[in-house]
Amino acid sequence: MADPLIRAEALVKRFQTGGGLLARPRAMLAVRGVSMAIGKGEVVGVVGESGCGKSTLARLILRLIEPTSGTIHFDGQDLTKLSRGDMRRMRRRMAMVFQDPYSSLDPRFTVAEVLAEPFRVQGEEPPAGRIAELLGQVGLSERLSASYPHQMSGGQRQRIGIARALAQAPDFIVLDEPTASLDVSIQAQIIALLSELRRELGLTYLFISHDLGLVRYFCDRVVVMYLGAVVEVLPKADAPARHPYTAALMDSTFAPDPGQRKTLRAIEGEIPSAFDLPKGCAFAARCPRASDRCRAENPELSATDHPVACFHPL
Amino acid sequence: MLLSVENLGVRIGKVEPLSSLSFTLDRGEILGLVGESGSGKSLTAMAVTGLLPLIGGRIAEGAVMFDGTDLSKLPEDRLRPYRGKRIALVTQNPMTALDPVQRIGDQVDIMARLHLGLDAKAARARTVELLTRLRIPEAVTVCDAYPHQLSGGMKQRIVIAMALAAEPDLIVADEPTTALDVTVQAQIIHILGELVRERGLALMLITHDMGVVAQVCDKVAVLYAGRLAETRAVGPLFASPHHPYTTALIDCIPREGMARGSLTGIPGLVPSVMSYPSGCRFHPRCPRADATCERTIPETRTLPDGGIVSCHHPLGGDHG
Amino acid sequence: MSLKGTLNSIGRALRTPKGAISGAWLALVVLGAIFAPVLTPYDYDIQDLPNAFAAPSFAHWLGTDEFGRDLLTRVLYGARTSLSVSVLSISVSVFTGMVLGAAAGYFGGAFDRAVTIFVDLTWSFPEILIALILVAIIGPGITGTMVAIAVAYLAQFTRLTRAQIMAIRSETYIEAAKSLGARDSFILLRHLLPNSLAPVLVAGMLATGDAIILEATLGFFGLGAQPPTPSWGSMMSSGSALLFKAPWIIVFPGLAVAITVVAINLFGDALIRALDIKTRLREA
Repeated sequence: MADPLIRAEALVKRFQTGGGLLARPRAMLAVRGVSMAIGKGEVVGVVGESGCGKSTLARLILRLIEPTSGTIHFDGQDLTKLSRGDMRRMRRRMAMVFQDPYSSLDPRFTVAEVLAEPFRVQGEEPPAGRIAELLGQVGLSERLSASYPHQMSGGQRQRIGIARALAQAPDFIVLDEPTASLDVSIQAQIIALLSELRRELGLTYLFISHDLGLVRYFCDRVVVMYLGAVVEVLPKADAPARHPYTAALMDSTFAPDPGQRKTLRAIEGEIPSAFDLPKGCAFAARCPRASDRCRAENPELSATDHPVACFHPL
Repeated sequence: MLLSVENLGVRIGKVEPLSSLSFTLDRGEILGLVGESGSGKSLTAMAVTGLLPLIGGRIAEGAVMFDGTDLSKLPEDRLRPYRGKRIALVTQNPMTALDPVQRIGDQVDIMARLHLGLDAKAARARTVELLTRLRIPEAVTVCDAYPHQLSGGMKQRIVIAMALAAEPDLIVADEPTTALDVTVQAQIIHILGELVRERGLALMLITHDMGVVAQVCDKVAVLYAGRLAETRAVGPLFASPHHPYTTALIDCIPREGMARGSLTGIPGLVPSVMSYPSGCRFHPRCPRADATCERTIPETRTLPDGGIVSCHHPLGGDHG
Repeated sequence: MSLKGTLNSIGRALRTPKGAISGAWLALVVLGAIFAPVLTPYDYDIQDLPNAFAAPSFAHWLGTDEFGRDLLTRVLYGARTSLSVSVLSISVSVFTGMVLGAAAGYFGGAFDRAVTIFVDLTWSFPEILIALILVAIIGPGITGTMVAIAVAYLAQFTRLTRAQIMAIRSETYIEAAKSLGARDSFILLRHLLPNSLAPVLVAGMLATGDAIILEATLGFFGLGAQPPTPSWGSMMSSGSALLFKAPWIIVFPGLAVAITVVAINLFGDALIRALDIKTRLREA
């Protein structure tokens, strides 16, 4: 990629937890050296199950949490080196939509106040007509601007969350499971809205989800994460899986077609704890293809057109 | 027929959130009960398990025939032997279904001791056997663990083991995998499917995910705003859905190779119980609705394949 | 909680029977205290020895004390002392507690640990003991009483605010504000404090009742307002020696304290219900 909008390099995030009278503090590597680039106008999906570090990665890229090591470049500037003031100004160009449409809106704020906040935090007032325009962009009536969040449905609230992200006309939006708490019918509405906004406004998205089917429908490229590391990057949404874990995720996604019933491949067990990672490949314990080498050595992500971190790819 | 719900209507206070619902379920079968939130799926589960009084509701009309007995007519004390023993419930959230201060083994044992009258030793042997069957590694050790020591997927298996321990005829599972990771969801769905075939159980699976329905169910009842839209065998339902709502729900799931922009969702919202629309309750969101749909409640029609559909303008052409 | 929201909640509280009765009594006491000079023909400090120990009568509704001073007049003027001392000191306590608690809850770290140690230390002594120690240091009088009450209740409001802030801090809308570039001060003033205000204000309201008792206790020991300024506590103190000779001297100030404290608690209860967003939603 010649000139990516976002370039993250070797991002590491270590969390320290616990520690007290009886327990020693334990360190957890939530993100273990992730590098990725996102081109302007691209939609990149990050998929993985709970604890894979996808949400931490999203927050690192927006510098909502500080990386333990690694750098993030946004449009050529190293975010980790920006001063607080510069970072705050830079935030006009990036935004986030959150998973839970209930707790992501202050219950005391009206819709108009929620949508004015992106301006107020920058010490401005929203331009006249901007709030009505934002509501229009997300398919809501201007009449809602005096409503409170608890008066609205989950889908409407998520539209408000999207409008808030659009307020300062950003280039880049991180979508952190924006539909995971919604009904499937509303999920499809929101996905359609996001596609349309991207087309109209030329947005770049990082789409975080646990639903590989949805990610493959919505994204140009798909990054698959397992226990804090990237195990595969699908160069195109419909590319076949090469990593056994990606294959297992595909098997676990059920198509709405009884003619395509799946017999589970032998993936058993659950994700190990990120506190005591195995020495070799993190997936080896659940992998049908694992060999002794997998249990001893950690495979690197290959530097090919279709990168995969596996000694025995499919 | 093990379970036959006939023209069921449920009342809570002054409102009737569920009306004229009929479906059947036999041993060895999995029935998928689908619809958006607010369609009445969980109320149906509560009606079948006799738990409506918990939320101040009651069965106002119709019958819940279970193995020849109408459960809706039984007083609470005669209903109790059915609940847990012959009809088991698996809820959505395994985190709250288990007692945090009791060991896993004891919680599963008690079901067999209570309902089958086994002694402690025999009950424990059965528990270990069940946990092993549910592919829980080191079942003996897990019996001594407390719920917080297990992952969400493990806990949901324990809840299923508790449901199975009394050797029920019918399991009602209310969104049993919604809170779980996808690979774990797939495992649990498969285990449930296997158990139904192998033990001749009947499973009523409540879900909002048409993908899960297509993967594991034998027949499907689609609910919308407290009424039955369509109920049919799973093959024909997906091959040629008759109710526009069924089609819309299926189209909400992205499929392999689906063109960008073809996922549009269903416009609008499920109406609340307080404001059910007149006529067909789906008409404000339906692309095929006309003046008839606004005025008249569609009659239920039996299809040649034995299915039932309730629509003035069904898809599929040959009837209407 | 916006001003309008608070007023609406008070309005809702007043429409319940509990809130209406307790609110009426509190209004009576406050108005009586404010308009005392207009309401009674007597002075609180002029002695009238021939009329000492007069039982309640038409001329002296509540009787007179050992110096012949009208007891109703003194109860009304006493309300001025008791109410202003307790309301003022609790207000100072609530404000300081919110600042300390918010800073501790939001920033954490060493400051939080220092505040927590202070809170835990003061909580391990009864309020009356803390108040007595402080009055002993500062000296008896209204100032000493106010400082004593403010400090005695400070830990309660600090702890409550801190807990509220810590709970709200993990809400997604706080992260959303950060993602927009909000400063800490913006997040504290626009999101955290307004959302934690209601429970702290209700606690403050209820503590005002306790503060009236504490003020009366200090007054009873002669450590509060000094003669001839009347306070409910000092009136009861002088009446205690005359319990059998002129019981009204102790009974009426005592009743004033008791009924006012009960009224404050009842009104606080009504307000808790009115402020409860969940209850409101259920009814809607």
